[in-house]
Amino acid sequence: MTAAQEWIHICNLDDLVADSGICALVGERQVALFYIPEKGQVFAIDNFDPIGQANVLSRGLVGSNEDCLFVASPLYKERYCLETGECLDNESLVLDTWQTRLEGERLLLNPQPFNRVALQEAG
Amino acid sequence: MNKTRLVVVGNGMVGHQFLQSLADSGQLGEFEVTVFCEEPRLAYDRVYLSSYFSGSTAEDLAMGKIEQYREWGLNVLINEKVVEINKDDHLVVSDKGTTLSYDKLVMATGSYPFVPPVPGHDREHCLVYRTIEDLEAIKSSAAQGKVGVVVGGGLLGLEAAKALCDLGLETHVVEFAPRLMAVQLDDMGGALLRSKIEALGVKVHTSKNTQQIVDGENCVHRMEFADGEVLETDLILFSAGIRPRDQLARESGLAVGERGGIVINNQCQTSDADIYAIGECALWDGRIFGLVAPGYTMAKVTVAQLTGGDAEFAGADMSTKLKLMGVDVCSIGDAQGRTPGAKNYTWLNEGDGTYKKLVVSPDNKILLGAILVGDAEAYGTLLQYMLNEIQLPEFPEALILPSRNDDAQTGLGVAALPETAQICSCHDVSKGDIRQAVSGGCCSVGDVKGATKAGTGCGGCVPLLTSLVNHELEELGVEVSHDICEHFPYTRQDLYNLVRVEEIKSFDELMQKHGKGGKGCHICKPAVGSILASCWNNYVLNPKEVKLQDTNDTFLANMQKDGTYSIVPRIGGGEITPDKLIVLGQVAKEYNLYTKITGGQRVDLFGARLEQLPDIWRKLIDAGFETGHAYGKSLRTVKSCVGSTWCRYGVDDSVGLAIELENRYKGLRSPHKIKFAVSGCTRECAEAQGKDIGVIATENGWNLYVCGNGGMKPRHADLFATDLDKETLIKYIDRVLMFYIKTADRLQRTSVWMENLEGGLKYLQEVVINDSLGLGAELEAQMAHVVETYECEWKTTVNDEEALKRFRQFVNSDKPDSNVVFVQERGQIRPARAEEKAEPIVMVG
Ligand code: SRM
Ligand SMILES: Cc1cc2nc3c(=O)[nH]c(=O)nc-3n(C[C@H](O)[C@H](O)[C@H](O)COP(=O)(O)OP(=O)(O)OC[C@H]3O[C@@H](n4cnc5c(N)ncnc54)[C@H](O)[C@@H]3O)c2cc1C
Ligand code: SF4
Ligand code: FES
Repeated sequence: MTAAQEWIHICNLDDLVADSGICALVGERQVALFYIPEKGQVFAIDNFDPIGQANVLSRGLVGSNEDCLFVASPLYKERYCLETGECLDNESLVLDTWQTRLEGERLLLNPQPFNRVALQEAG
Repeated sequence: MNKTRLVVVGNGMVGHQFLQSLADSGQLGEFEVTVFCEEPRLAYDRVYLSSYFSGSTAEDLAMGKIEQYREWGLNVLINEKVVEINKDDHLVVSDKGTTLSYDKLVMATGSYPFVPPVPGHDREHCLVYRTIEDLEAIKSSAAQGKVGVVVGGGLLGLEAAKALCDLGLETHVVEFAPRLMAVQLDDMGGALLRSKIEALGVKVHTSKNTQQIVDGENCVHRMEFADGEVLETDLILFSAGIRPRDQLARESGLAVGERGGIVINNQCQTSDADIYAIGECALWDGRIFGLVAPGYTMAKVTVAQLTGGDAEFAGADMSTKLKLMGVDVCSIGDAQGRTPGAKNYTWLNEGDGTYKKLVVSPDNKILLGAILVGDAEAYGTLLQYMLNEIQLPEFPEALILPSRNDDAQTGLGVAALPETAQICSCHDVSKGDIRQAVSGGCCSVGDVKGATKAGTGCGGCVPLLTSLVNHELEELGVEVSHDICEHFPYTRQDLYNLVRVEEIKSFDELMQKHGKGGKGCHICKPAVGSILASCWNNYVLNPKEVKLQDTNDTFLANMQKDGTYSIVPRIGGGEITPDKLIVLGQVAKEYNLYTKITGGQRVDLFGARLEQLPDIWRKLIDAGFETGHAYGKSLRTVKSCVGSTWCRYGVDDSVGLAIELENRYKGLRSPHKIKFAVSGCTRECAEAQGKDIGVIATENGWNLYVCGNGGMKPRHADLFATDLDKETLIKYIDRVLMFYIKTADRLQRTSVWMENLEGGLKYLQEVVINDSLGLGAELEAQMAHVVETYECEWKTTVNDEEALKRFRQFVNSDKPDSNVVFVQERGQIRPARAEEKAEPIVMVG
């Protein structure tokens, strides 16, 4: 497990838009960040849309399907689960996700992609 | 066993149905079939022939497909006509010299249009309306003239008149009888129909007996009538009835009727037992049936006879339901009340232009016939009463009188119909067949149509079919859901009314009060966002609503395939000053944007990065531009032609009006995008009849067209009102648009909305022109609010620090998106393809 001190400060709470997305550059990776106030949580997934082949997911629309929070790609509308990165419309697609943490006003992110689906499968 | 050699003469609608039924019977293998098709193409849908003028192609109309016929193993001879039948030797001979022997012969030769033998009937530009070739001739003739006359005010004549109107001709209908649709209607119905058709600009002349056609003074022809009057016209279209094509039968010695028609018995056999006749060429019990449904029944009877069945033809119902030039007209059974002792019940409402009549048996128990003009709602119910001899209610008039209170349920519930009730007459589908289809797994009207063909002919039975299918589904416990999505148990219309009535101002409030919880989704969020904007016209980027918008609305620009955006400033009416054009060029150069003239008469700048949008817009706004809402479900453009200011033909200032309309309705959020156009004269260079709202200048004002569409399924706009002054024009547009916003489904263009609107054009005219729902003032006030509260969203945005925060590629870096790469093409940029991105040298600034 990655040590806590390696987490990086991305931005502050008032840079985020409630129930919607913004994007951060983490090394070479583009990370889409979605702030969901009632969960008190920020979800981080890959900004790259594998179907549209463009960096746009942070600009998609947030919604829910039963218990799953998702973002719908602004290009061709595939929905991706904010928690797991899984595509609800195409089983074969799973996006990288990252862990985030709010410390007061500060949003911290673990730059190591944290792929829940892969972890589960690995056992 | 040898195969039966079967020859089919004629491949029209009925000839095709015969082949289809034979194939469906599964016994095609017993036959060796040869089809003679005189026309240069296989069977097509004559019933929908007129749609050829509104964009359908010969392919769209095609019924017989050559691949299908080959698969069935038919021998098809196109463009080949049978000229001789030798019934003693069982031979047929064609005009191309083919000689074939047959065991059984089926004649499906149809009919031809009757042209009264008045002197001059054979002049050039005297035409008929039966085949695709006829329509092509009409089209080219109409292009050369201004005035058209249809001779014959029957069913087909009125349809032909509509076609001439659509072709832009000043249209007249000349009828020999004292009323229109003399066969199907009575005097009162005919008179009402006449007034409605005249209101649409068609001139009707009844009791006119044409004596001769000679050279005209101002037009090509001059028609001279027995009463001494004359009429000048460039084109004459004869639609004075049909005559069966029985010449071949006559020459071959088959029995024909005194007034034409190949005589057949109940088995559809002619006087020669090996020869059958079906469709419009056949005479049964002294009657010719000029509709497809009876012909289809004959086709099925003949197939049964040929394959060992015992079905017989027992006559057919000639009831008709039509929408003539937007006017509903229905005629059922003994509409004229010829049955001795029959009683009439009539209802005439000159206020809303409806006429209804019942013809009832002497004992008041059974419906014999009916007429409906202007309101066809009762057609399905009345037809069922008549066909199934269902006992009438105690006071039959209740069936046609308008119900003034809600509990007065007079319509015949579908549950009351007997199992044998025929729902679709075109394809002879009964209630029992439909119930079977539903219990067999069909879950929607579409499924049932596919499984039974019901509703796929003339379409007249679709409302009844729909209520039956929904009824059956509900009986089976299947919920028929009209909910917008999983988050709201409501339709878009319901949500709109909730928002309006309860003055709901945000998505969260609506979710809390009426939703099922959750975050909403890509279906309900933009729909609710649009409703809130239509009702309250709030700035779309206010923090409460920003999360509702699709990306295009969020960033006030259209996202392109590579994640960059396009910029479309408003260029009202397509008019732009040189200075503004220069600014567009300068901005495009400065930011290296791809420039293109759009299909909507404006300029689109492509390839702007998210973070560049505010700077670019600041420059455009400083130069006097506003947002063009190319991203919104809202007014797009009002296209214009140059109009009377410059054009030698223009009769009014189309550009001026277009700009005024564009400025009035810009920013109006609606269920889908809205496009307008204004033309300066009937040449229609702005293509207004392809727009949601189209306006065309006339000598006396403006003609208003509504609910046209280009795009995937083009629809010709309907003429809504004529010769309006500007004030009335704007009032009508206000009302039409607000009523659309109030009642349409999400992402439903006005064209589809109109197609689904119960009562159609007429209903909309009632609501808007006659204010039948008493909504007029309210709709206008709602529009006035939107007009008054308009703001340019980009102007607001560039001055709003909070909103600008979102226009950053990265919250924590100023770097651009490295995946956005352009290459040069034809002197401008375009997005690099994947393989080009791998080559760093091609990158452009
Ligand atoms: C830019 C333009 C093409 C061009 O280079 O000329 C265009 C571009 C797009 N059209 Fe269009 N349409 C453009 C004129 C038209 C026209 C012609 C017209 O308006 O006279 C039509 C047919 C007329 C009509 O709508 O009735 C047209 C029928 C469509 C349709 C089909 C609509 C339908 O009812 O079938 C769509 C799809 C949709 O809206 O669902 C569409 C959708 C689109 C979208 C939004 C597709 C998308 O999601 O990316 C395109 C984005 C525009 C952008 O990025 O700026 N576009 N589109 C034209 C912009 C006109 C303008 O100045 O605003
Ligand atoms: C504009 C229009 C609108 C209509 N609207 C309606 C409507 O709303 N509802 C309705 O029920 N009906 C309507 N009708 C009538 C309907 O089209 C006819 O009832 C139907 O087409 C009859 O089919 P049929 O096969 O008997 O004749 P047709 O469709 O005319 O087919 C006969 C075919 O046989 C060919 N033929 C003739 N002689 C020979 C020969 N010797 N050798 C080879 N081929 C030959 C002809 O060229 C023709 O192609 C409409 C008709 C028109 C023209
Ligand atoms: S529609 Fe008429 S006025 Fe307008 S440009 Fe064309 S010809 Fe001229
Ligand atoms: S009655 Fe014509 S389609 Fe059903």
